[in-house]
Amino acid sequence: MISARSAARWHWKNPSVIPGFGLTLGFTLAYLTLIILIPLAALGWRSAALGWFDFFRLITDARTLGALKVSFSTALIAAVVNVVFGVITAWVLVRYDFPGRRIVDAIVDLPFAIPTAVAGIALTALYAPNGLIGSFLTPLGIKVAYTPLGIVIALIAIGLPFVVRTVQPVMQEISKEVEEAAASLGANRFQTIFRVILPGLVPAILTGFALALARGIGEYGSVIFIAGNIPFVSEIAPLLIVIRLEEFDYGSATAIATIMLIISFLMLLLINVIQAWSRRRFGYEQ
Amino acid sequence: MSSRAFKNPISESAPVRLTLIFIVLAFLALFVLTPLLIVFKEAFGKGSGEYVAALQEPDAVSAIRLTLLVAAIAVPANLLFGVAASWAIAKFEFRGKAFLITLIDLPFSVSPVISGLVYVLLFGANSFLGPFLKSYGIQVVFAVPGIVLATIFVTFPFVARELIPLMQDQGTGDEEAAISLGANGWQAFWYVTLPNIKWALLYGVLLCNARAMGEFGAVSVVSGHIRGLTNTMPLHVEILYNDYNVVGAFGVASLLALLALLTLVLRTILETRYGSELSAGQKH
Repeated sequence: MISARSAARWHWKNPSVIPGFGLTLGFTLAYLTLIILIPLAALGWRSAALGWFDFFRLITDARTLGALKVSFSTALIAAVVNVVFGVITAWVLVRYDFPGRRIVDAIVDLPFAIPTAVAGIALTALYAPNGLIGSFLTPLGIKVAYTPLGIVIALIAIGLPFVVRTVQPVMQEISKEVEEAAASLGANRFQTIFRVILPGLVPAILTGFALALARGIGEYGSVIFIAGNIPFVSEIAPLLIVIRLEEFDYGSATAIATIMLIISFLMLLLINVIQAWSRRRFGYEQ
Repeated sequence: MSSRAFKNPISESAPVRLTLIFIVLAFLALFVLTPLLIVFKEAFGKGSGEYVAALQEPDAVSAIRLTLLVAAIAVPANLLFGVAASWAIAKFEFRGKAFLITLIDLPFSVSPVISGLVYVLLFGANSFLGPFLKSYGIQVVFAVPGIVLATIFVTFPFVARELIPLMQDQGTGDEEAAISLGANGWQAFWYVTLPNIKWALLYGVLLCNARAMGEFGAVSVVSGHIRGLTNTMPLHVEILYNDYNVVGAFGVASLLALLALLTLVLRTILETRYGSELSAGQKH
């Protein structure tokens, strides 16, 4: 009996002289369950209680589909822009020495630290037709505030650090010997960067892209002020959840939240698969 | 002369370097710095007298109080969790560890609005628990407990995420030595582990606190927006902004912006001085 039991335990956890495993893991699991898992399960349960027919009807509602489309398309554009500028920023921070580099490095994290509502009203003040930047763009016929373009601007502003901070540490690991080898074999700098360095960064870039995209899809505070929130045009899915809740339409709110979560998780899963594949294919070992 | 003639094969030419640096500076100035500056410009737009008056207004004061209260509960709760989770994960080998780490990171991939919604669905008036809570006169949603819970949800991973990689990297040798020399578990943690992780712990608490005080979406869903009662600072910014009270909105926003700047300055100091003690991946 006892030996069978200890054998079973052996499989689950390696023995250790350090105490506190039961206490800390027990507390961790209890806290995780109470704060995260039960509330998320409540969402799943309420969603299941709707039944397939109602769930399908609610998520295919024209306004819901419109909001999901706005959220996903703006987040996608912003994430692509962030990948381009994020990789350049990481490169400049890792490779070049210039006065104020440390300060620039710290500034990259500002969007992490600034509360979203603060970023939201500040960007709106800047890009409104009479704002500091908006007043230059209006004569050119470019409207940013209260259009989907405004959403993209807000998501670019908050998404940059996700790309920089995932790519930067991997870039620091690239050994100069690889580049020297490429150069000595006759590659020009352009070829070295695009055919030797960048492929190795693909997994990190994809992770940064996925993080920026996931954040962009769920983002609320920085977007609602600048978006104008016109249904079918600039109304994002998180805002529609809030609107449905204020109408006491819990069914719709639950359905939109569930489909957003499902799509986000599927996307993260897909990115993980691509990442695992490209790490095997090109990746630097970390 | 010779250094001019010799072209460094593993760097870009000077014009390319300057162009790239310029692009980065321009991008950051446009998307990050200008919005920050505009907050202070608008806050002081009608002079410092109006600014101070806006911050002394009773609803603003009660919003600041509530924000401090919420952070004072949420941050220690997540600190305790972060330490317990990283002890279990870093000091022991057990099955399902990777899955547990994934679960801890989960709140990062959930929209803030959904983080608030789940508590409305769990504790709200038409929820499963709603009638039960009502019969005992307990109000969770549209009251302070809901705000605290939603804040704990969104700031859940911050401390644990800073500690887990560092403690995994540090291994178990020090603790095992302490135990074999007769220390008990608490002593091993207090005198051996804690000194090794104190800066990372502080770092995680800083990030957790910044997010706890600045959270908007999740708190917005559960708060009910009752002025003077369930309004945190970010929610008060929204209300004032929608009232066209520009000085008030940007005034409260400027406090949050200062908090963000302070967090970044402390972060930079920590990284510069104790970089090697912060995280295994940041030793540069």
